Amino acid sequence: MSLGLSGLKKSIWVYHVACSPCNNCDIEILDLLTPRFDVERFGIVLVGSVRHADALLVTGMVNRQVKPRLQELYLQAAKPCVVFAIGSCAVSGNFFRRSYNMAGPVDRAIKEVDPNAIIVYVPGCPPKPEAMISGVVKAIGFLDNLKAKK
Amino acid sequence: MKETIIPIGPFHPLLEEPELFTLKVDGDTVIDVDVRIGWNHRGIEKLSQGLTWDQVPFLIERICGICSTSHPYACVLAMEEICDIEAPPRAQYIRPVVAELERIHSHLLWLGLAGHFIGYNTVFMWAWKYRELTLDSLEQLTGNRNHYAMFKAGGVRRDFSQKAMDFTMKAMDETEKATKMFLGAVLDDPVMHKRLKGVGVLTYEDAIQYSAVGPTSRPSGVDHDARRDDPFDAYGISHDKGVWKAIVLQDGDVFAKAACRILEILESIKIIRWCIENIPDGEIDAGVKEIPAGEGCGHYEAPRGEVFHYMRSDGSNFPIRHKVRAPTYNNLPTYKATCPGAHIADVALITASIDPCYCCTERVGVVDKLGTKHILTQDDLTKLSVKKTNEIRRKLGKTTYDPYAKMI
Ligand code: SF4
Repeated sequence: MSLGLSGLKKSIWVYHVACSPCNNCDIEILDLLTPRFDVERFGIVLVGSVRHADALLVTGMVNRQVKPRLQELYLQAAKPCVVFAIGSCAVSGNFFRRSYNMAGPVDRAIKEVDPNAIIVYVPGCPPKPEAMISGVVKAIGFLDNLKAKK
Repeated sequence: MKETIIPIGPFHPLLEEPELFTLKVDGDTVIDVDVRIGWNHRGIEKLSQGLTWDQVPFLIERICGICSTSHPYACVLAMEEICDIEAPPRAQYIRPVVAELERIHSHLLWLGLAGHFIGYNTVFMWAWKYRELTLDSLEQLTGNRNHYAMFKAGGVRRDFSQKAMDFTMKAMDETEKATKMFLGAVLDDPVMHKRLKGVGVLTYEDAIQYSAVGPTSRPSGVDHDARRDDPFDAYGISHDKGVWKAIVLQDGDVFAKAACRILEILESIKIIRWCIENIPDGEIDAGVKEIPAGEGCGHYEAPRGEVFHYMRSDGSNFPIRHKVRAPTYNNLPTYKATCPGAHIADVALITASIDPCYCCTERVGVVDKLGTKHILTQDDLTKLSVKKTNEIRRKLGKTTYDPYAKMI
């Protein structure tokens, strides 16, 4: 596990899961890759398959159709895997918490299948790209602590 | 006839709401296409009916992150129609500035993605780089990069500061320069001509028949623009003074759609400049206290076409009916006219050309008659598209360039 953890924090490959977002969080994630922020400097790369991913960037509220698919995606990802709940929708449900189609925020959906999942919350509607980068940095710090304890 | 069915989507979208396309193909040629929407259902109309009139615009701008001015704009116009009032003059000039800035960032975003799909990653990076300028202006003017929370029935929530307006004027100069560069670099490129011209043609008749709107229909010769045809706020005066015009082109292919969007950016810049130069002083809010019983509708020309909102009030705190119709709903069925006869490598472009959520094309399963399954991902589709561009380039005698070569 500790080898996995130290490998994980070197160069985080992320997979983007859009549940039912308003696109804004998704656009801000894409923004991270473009010249202004350019997170590839830090080795953060958006990958096309969940099998290659070290982290899932989940945006949007989880509706009834998406929930089983999100859980399936999480189970398919190689562990250890960090889940980033990006945006208020993913963190708490935002406006949509009272919607009839709401199936719980991201953490609840993920913890149903893996109670020990590592979940990082990046609130904001949408969070600024800087906030997302800071979320990743904090996650790396957290993984360091975890490794020290082991 | 041997037929193959390719489902595209519905998950995992990269950018916009998920949809499911089912392509019927014969070899490499598309015969028919079926579109299914409704994967991003959040129950917004129902939620809106449980919120007070003041809260509704906040919810409505969360329908779409890219059109987060267009929806509240149409929504507050509907509310104002119920009350039979108009926003104060200063607010009437503030609103178009925010809305046009949004159009610029939306079109640049589209341009970047379209470039990415045909293998011009440079265009992707450039377009998104210059888009940041627009977002900076929005942040200065309204306080947030996206979701500006500016609109309310009877006015706007925040005033523009002089400093922010000066900043925006400067940013517009830069954006204009960049847009002109795109106009030259993208539209005069022979590879682009080969790749985009005559692809996915939407004829005038089809555009009318499928009720296409916005930059999907205007390149096909349909002269319709909600800002001009039903003038509101500063749009009417500025159009009458000849500050801007609706861009109407004739070809209807992907090239015309790209040209239309780039030219619209230039028109938007003119509107923003004119509004900031001529902005009057005074109140920004008419102070609407309650919404009387009645019904109203509002429409606004969003970056993707006309968005329509209908609201009904019974005089209480909440709307009792709120109906939303977004432009992509009209534009999606045009695939029936544009996709058949195209190559699979072009489908990526054609579906992107109406600026929908193309990005649901992440998982594609190919099912042929024998029932074997191949899974194509969005990457594969993009690669097909890049390959085609390179072939054209080779024929034209240019060196090939493969953005994926390094990544693999
Ligand atoms: S948190 Fe806000 S910006 Fe992000 S998906 Fe939800 S509504 Fe959109």
